[in-house]
Amino acid sequence: MSERRSPLFLERQSYRGRRLVDFLRILPLLGGLLWAVPLLWPTGEESTVTTSEAIIYIFGVWLFMVLASAAVSFFLRRSGLSVERKDG
Amino acid sequence: MATMNILVAVCFVYVAFLFFVAFAAERAARQGRSGWLRSPMVYTLSLSIYCTAWTFYGAVGYAARSGMEYLTIYIGPTLVMIGWWWGLRKLVRIGRTQRVTSIADLISSRYGKSNLLAIGVTVLAVIGTTPYIALQLQSVTLSFSVFADAADKSGGMTDMDSTALLVAMGLALFTILFGTRNLDVNERHHGVVIAIAVEAIVKLFALLAVGAFVVWGVVGGVGEMMARIDASDIGHWQMRGDRWASLIFLSAAAFLCLPRMFQVMVVENDDEGHLRTASWAFPAYLMVMSLFVVPIAVTGLDLLPEGSNPDLFVLTLPLAMGKEGLAMLSFIGGFSSATSMVIVAALALSTMVSNHIVMPIWLSVTGGGASVSGDVRNVVITSRRFSIAGVVVLGYLYFRVSGGGTALASIGLVSFAGVAQLLPVLLGGVFWRGATRTGAFVGLSVGFVVWTYSLLLPSFGPDAVLSTQILDQGPFGWSWLRPQAFFGIEGLDPLVHAILWSISLNGLSFVLASMVGFPTPLERLQGAQFVNVYEHSTTPQSWSGNAAQSEDLMIMSQRILGAREAQTLFEREAKRQGVSGYLPDTTPDFLQALERALSGSVGTATAHAMIGQIVGGASVSVEDLLAVADETAQMMEYSSRLEAKSDEQARTARQLRQANEKLQQISVQKDAFLSQVSHELRTPMTSIRAFSEILRDSERLSESEQVKYASIIHDEALRLTRLLDDLLDLSVLENGQVNLNIQSGQLGRLLDHAIASALTGSGAEGFVIHRDSVLEAVRLTTDLDRLSQVFINLISNAQKYCDADVPELAIRVSPRDDRIVIDFVDNGSGISKEDQAVIFEKFARVGAMRAGGAGLGLAICREIMARLGGSVSYLPGQGGAAFRVILPTSQAMAAQ
Amino acid sequence: MGKRVLLIEDEPNIIEAISFILSRDGWAVATHSNGHDAVDVVEEAKPDLLILDVMLPGKSGFEILRHLRENYGPQDLPVMMLTARGQLKDREMAEKAGVNRFMTKPFSNAEMLEAVRELVAS
Repeated sequence: MSERRSPLFLERQSYRGRRLVDFLRILPLLGGLLWAVPLLWPTGEESTVTTSEAIIYIFGVWLFMVLASAAVSFFLRRSGLSVERKDG
Repeated sequence: MATMNILVAVCFVYVAFLFFVAFAAERAARQGRSGWLRSPMVYTLSLSIYCTAWTFYGAVGYAARSGMEYLTIYIGPTLVMIGWWWGLRKLVRIGRTQRVTSIADLISSRYGKSNLLAIGVTVLAVIGTTPYIALQLQSVTLSFSVFADAADKSGGMTDMDSTALLVAMGLALFTILFGTRNLDVNERHHGVVIAIAVEAIVKLFALLAVGAFVVWGVVGGVGEMMARIDASDIGHWQMRGDRWASLIFLSAAAFLCLPRMFQVMVVENDDEGHLRTASWAFPAYLMVMSLFVVPIAVTGLDLLPEGSNPDLFVLTLPLAMGKEGLAMLSFIGGFSSATSMVIVAALALSTMVSNHIVMPIWLSVTGGGASVSGDVRNVVITSRRFSIAGVVVLGYLYFRVSGGGTALASIGLVSFAGVAQLLPVLLGGVFWRGATRTGAFVGLSVGFVVWTYSLLLPSFGPDAVLSTQILDQGPFGWSWLRPQAFFGIEGLDPLVHAILWSISLNGLSFVLASMVGFPTPLERLQGAQFVNVYEHSTTPQSWSGNAAQSEDLMIMSQRILGAREAQTLFEREAKRQGVSGYLPDTTPDFLQALERALSGSVGTATAHAMIGQIVGGASVSVEDLLAVADETAQMMEYSSRLEAKSDEQARTARQLRQANEKLQQISVQKDAFLSQVSHELRTPMTSIRAFSEILRDSERLSESEQVKYASIIHDEALRLTRLLDDLLDLSVLENGQVNLNIQSGQLGRLLDHAIASALTGSGAEGFVIHRDSVLEAVRLTTDLDRLSQVFINLISNAQKYCDADVPELAIRVSPRDDRIVIDFVDNGSGISKEDQAVIFEKFARVGAMRAGGAGLGLAICREIMARLGGSVSYLPGQGGAAFRVILPTSQAMAAQ
Repeated sequence: MGKRVLLIEDEPNIIEAISFILSRDGWAVATHSNGHDAVDVVEEAKPDLLILDVMLPGKSGFEILRHLRENYGPQDLPVMMLTARGQLKDREMAEKAGVNRFMTKPFSNAEMLEAVRELVAS
């Protein structure tokens, strides 16, 4: 960014950090919800969802979770908020 | 049998490779090149011990039997990792600040350092882990037998037991070698962690290789694979919703509570920042691990003969396709999954067993504490090693006894449910200040009993432990207590039923019992430390033990940490304090650091107790504070922090009050002193003024009257001078401004001189003094003038106040060890008991003893003797008045 | 015959001085030098004036005076107190105990004589 080293800039950064953490907190809940969706699928004789579809859905959610988590972790590290210690 | 031999050779090479890797890592760490050993990726990979042989082989079997349900086992941990900000971050922070050595240590530490609780958790962990270790042994043995079958169609099974035994021995050896190299967990187990990280890569690579081979080599592409999957028996989504949800929950809980996971996740954690990387990298690892499971299962079901064990498809599929190399890789993958699990599980369990069961017993048997003779360090290491061997042997025995059949396969989830019983206590302890030890006990016990009754015992099959009758009708015919249908709620899956009831009853009783009871101060302190770990993670415990002996601590630490580590620690701490040498001051900081270092070896409770023993009661420690707080604990409603604070304030107030009282006392004393001085000055002045006026105003005075009054004036003037001299002398002595004029002289001659001065012109003709010139032949090196002043005072006192008809004074000299004692005893009636207490006070004059002195003589004597390093005191019970002068010999030497 | 003065004082030289001053002026001076039995001595001697030191061995002048004022018949016995401590507190205590005249040592002979005359005359 082209911003100067002004208090506004710093504040924005720490604001960003806070929202990142908010997102981080929501992420597992979101994952739980998305992975609970299969509970709604019909099972037994009238099962209409094929296993390949199930695989694509579940692993799709999984991939999304990994990417989202990686993104948060990346930005979190940049924001400097994180977990106080240097990363090895 | 060629394959078999190659297999054994490969195993050996692989194990040798692991040893080499671990050894190289230890070496690098020792040389300070440990940076890369502790990268976030290594941390992430080390978490992969979650994926055991049960995962590696069993997941495919699981999928072949139950479709997609196997995914729950990976989705649970994924959610935990992604939600690291909620729970794991706090656990890791607590683990680091409290220097926690195991999950049992964490729980015991949280609940008031209760060792009983630690024992409970340890027992639960051992019960939950042993079948799992057996499972690993079984998988290795089974994979061996696959190759044996392939190599020797006609021949019987290889000796499964001996294979398992060999594997167990090898694993125990590895764990002992690299798990107990150093005791300080601070340095952690570099070798072990690197080895399991390498194993993580091996097993991932092996599984991916088999998966890729199946998808592209056998089936021919992803599209074709998907079609095959949909066409198979598990082609449609079939899932019991309750199992899906509760298994995700169960695996998430187990991921947090499994001792081995806790070991790599919390204990071996080096940097909280690693969690950030692991939060996405480990879910990715799990995702990739489970990606090819269904394809392998489906292909196995398609291609392999009916009745083949699906648990071994990963191995048998490449073999059936004639890819022996791939099968070998797959075997190595399974082998590494099994070995890494057993190594870490044995390490974690042995720490718990050793710290919470063996060491406390050993300490109490040997009389406890740090003052025991012998090398505690050796005991700790030996106990660890035996514990490791014990854990592995236990797993082997379980494997033997259970027969290694299919019963074992189902034990994985049973075991998960067992350790998941720790979850309420763990989470409650970390997030809820109100959680108490009693609550933890009750919750754990309830959970354990319900789990055992509803899941563990039935899992052995009907009539194995629980009879069919009990299973069907409940114990004593109480149908509401049927192990798999509590309160008549039927139709639930047995596993779901057990999880539901055990966890909810566990949690409920934990919460209720916590709310009913009242925690001890230590629990509340620890509770605050844990729950509010972010606020004060730098001060986990506050020792303030200035009375503690650094040297004692050093001796103890050397026994536990080993001489080199202890010395390094002490030297570092001393340097940090700016003290040279090896003995730092026992500041709270230092004691804290030491306690943490020790707790790495013997557990927090024991370390705390050991330091407490040395620091002892002389200091104002947290324990003192707690002892005080304990008595009033029932009434206090404030948090333990506030307690500590208010206690401190009370202490400060008490000190202030004392200081104030002292000041007042001094002020009163000063008033009294001034008033005394005034009296002593005005009294002679009154006589002087009165008689000088008489002399001035009266004409008709006779010659003798004039002489008499003039001499009264003279005497009183002398008395004034003497008083002023004494006051000045005393003031100088009391302020310590006196310069001692050290000379050598003979005691006898000094006494001669003193007697002459004291008696000259006093009209003491009849005063007899008894002496012993032989004993008096002692050469003194001290301030002779001052000493003489004391002697003169004592002799003239005796002469003035001795009320015997024939007054006598005995001067007795006797050498005592490093002192010389001189007694002045007269034959008068002595000094009454009440007066003895005050004669050395200023202006204290006793009874009719008013012969001219201002009452400062003995006060001055006392001050002088204090300056000379000796003392003067009244010696009761000698017949007459007796004073004892004691002089140190360091300044008095024999004449010859 | 002159009026009788009882002097209770423990310093021999001061006894000597006061005795000299007063007897030269025609007073009959009796002396006593400790506090223990001072009250008895006063009751026996029935003096016209009592001169009392504050710091006496056995019993302080205040105690003696308090006792006299409570129990001794002639409540109008004039009492002069002498003190060498010279603190305000002492004067207050003396007045409380019922003293007629309070003098701080050292005093001038004339002052003493005048005070004695005044006290007896009134």
